[in-house]
Amino acid sequence: MANRSVGANPVNVTMRWVVLMCMAAMILVPIIAAILGGFKTTGELRVEPFSIPDTWHTEFYGEILLDSSFWKYLGNSLFIATMTVLITIIVASMAAFVFSHIKFFGSTYIMSYLLLGLMFPFAAAIIPLFLKVRDIGLLDSHWGVILPQAAFGLGFATLLFKTFFDEMPKELFEAATLEGCSYIRFFVRFTMPLSTPIIATVSVFVFVGSWNNYLLPLVVLNDREMFPWTLGMMQFRGEYIVEWNRILAFVSLTLAPAVAFFLVAQKYIVAGLTGGSLKG
Amino acid sequence: MAPNGFRRFASDGRLITVALFLPPALLLFTFFVTLPLFDAAGYAGYNWSGYGEPEQWVGTRNFEQMAGHSVFQQSLWNTLKVIGVSLFIQIPLAMTLALLIASKTWSNTVFRLIFFMPFIMAEIATGLMWSFFFDGDYGVTAMLGRVFSMDPIYPLSDRTWAMPVILFVIVWKYFGFHMMIFIAALQSIPEDLTEAAQIDGATPFQIARRIKIPLLKPAIAVSIFFSIIGSLQLFDLIVPMTGGGPSNSTHTIVTYLYTFGIVRLKVGFGSAVGIVLFVMCVAFAFLYQRTVMRPEAE
Repeated sequence: MANRSVGANPVNVTMRWVVLMCMAAMILVPIIAAILGGFKTTGELRVEPFSIPDTWHTEFYGEILLDSSFWKYLGNSLFIATMTVLITIIVASMAAFVFSHIKFFGSTYIMSYLLLGLMFPFAAAIIPLFLKVRDIGLLDSHWGVILPQAAFGLGFATLLFKTFFDEMPKELFEAATLEGCSYIRFFVRFTMPLSTPIIATVSVFVFVGSWNNYLLPLVVLNDREMFPWTLGMMQFRGEYIVEWNRILAFVSLTLAPAVAFFLVAQKYIVAGLTGGSLKG
Repeated sequence: MAPNGFRRFASDGRLITVALFLPPALLLFTFFVTLPLFDAAGYAGYNWSGYGEPEQWVGTRNFEQMAGHSVFQQSLWNTLKVIGVSLFIQIPLAMTLALLIASKTWSNTVFRLIFFMPFIMAEIATGLMWSFFFDGDYGVTAMLGRVFSMDPIYPLSDRTWAMPVILFVIVWKYFGFHMMIFIAALQSIPEDLTEAAQIDGATPFQIARRIKIPLLKPAIAVSIFFSIIGSLQLFDLIVPMTGGGPSNSTHTIVTYLYTFGIVRLKVGFGSAVGIVLFVMCVAFAFLYQRTVMRPEAE
């Protein structure tokens, strides 16, 4: 719409394109310069931060890619994120199923209790959380990151699941129970298979949140063997503090999976932003 | 519930479902979210390193110390700056862009993807990338220094410039998120409304101001809510850029909590900071939902 109406006035059309192109440049130029920076020597980087490299030095990227700790960091992040997603999905969908299908005294209160988690700032409880994790012996264990992450993501996930379950046709549920299908069977056989869009949306959000998380692993994990890539990157930065080309190469290598993942999952990200209503 | 009702509740399988399906969520949430928050309230009155039992009760001294600490006051002030920039620069920018690219065309989709990209990047990676461009020996500032043949500028180690740089990076990182909220809202505006206005001879600018922006109010409310809650919890982005420096001028509440509570193992003091943060977030969320977000409930 906006397009056609703006189309009436050539000045507006030009202005619109100038604004959009400038903004796009503001986003893309630093990212591209960072990627190219990984191919330069520090000397060249110092003089020409934005240019195409004179000679393409692949050794900085190469060394990181051949470094086993880089892959270990990524593997740790992948494990933590995948487990957080699985636990959040299972636990939140079960709770949401109860809230959506079974009314009993106090159920709305229990629901509100879980939803309080939506506004609790994670950082406020970080110190007692650290002590809790320590006391149950999960320091330097991935589970010390996974379980709190899942717990803090529950409110959001339960809300999205409940909204989705509420919109599913009631007739299906009535017909199934008439046929003698139990609640639990219905959940496993019908509810979950029909909920793939919302499972995807929740997964994407929980996964990205976990993949990018820094504060919790920083507090819980001390052993470098256990580090996710966010901690590994800061470690790497500490080791090569003056070698920006290596640091930029490292940053760029972690951007690639994020961007690829985003392009694949963007439909679900947008759906999550609009409150879980997925169109098309 | 009447005994009869309960017997049916038990015999048709509802009881067992509730008994199996609810506890995992409740236990996980209670153990890792609720209990730590109560603990924080308890620890806040002690001077404690986190080992052994908390014994040295100091009453409200942690809170007094915090309130009197100039770095804490600076961190609150910085948080206010972040909120200000989010509300008065980021949201208008996000809305302008949303109005420009809300319609579904091929080029708009590409712009949307580009503008949303910073939001998907990890804060740590974003902060590290920008600390390169604002390093006085490399990057943009070094180039400017050479062009105007000045001494190299190190904005991130400069008390006056470090915070503006951080604010810039915050807008760069998060405007795409708000833009997406606005685009989603714009796409739900019925087309006949804007078409009718167009036929009546309204200019695109008039349509935006008189029809679209008023209809965006609920989306703006949501956007402001996320801005403020997010500003209160800012941490990851600061760490790679300044870590709260130079001379503690760029702390936010959470970097303050981390530096003065966790790093120095002052569990009581850190918990007190946590409680202040908690009260601020929850009080804001409640007030905001009671007042601003209310009309949206219908």
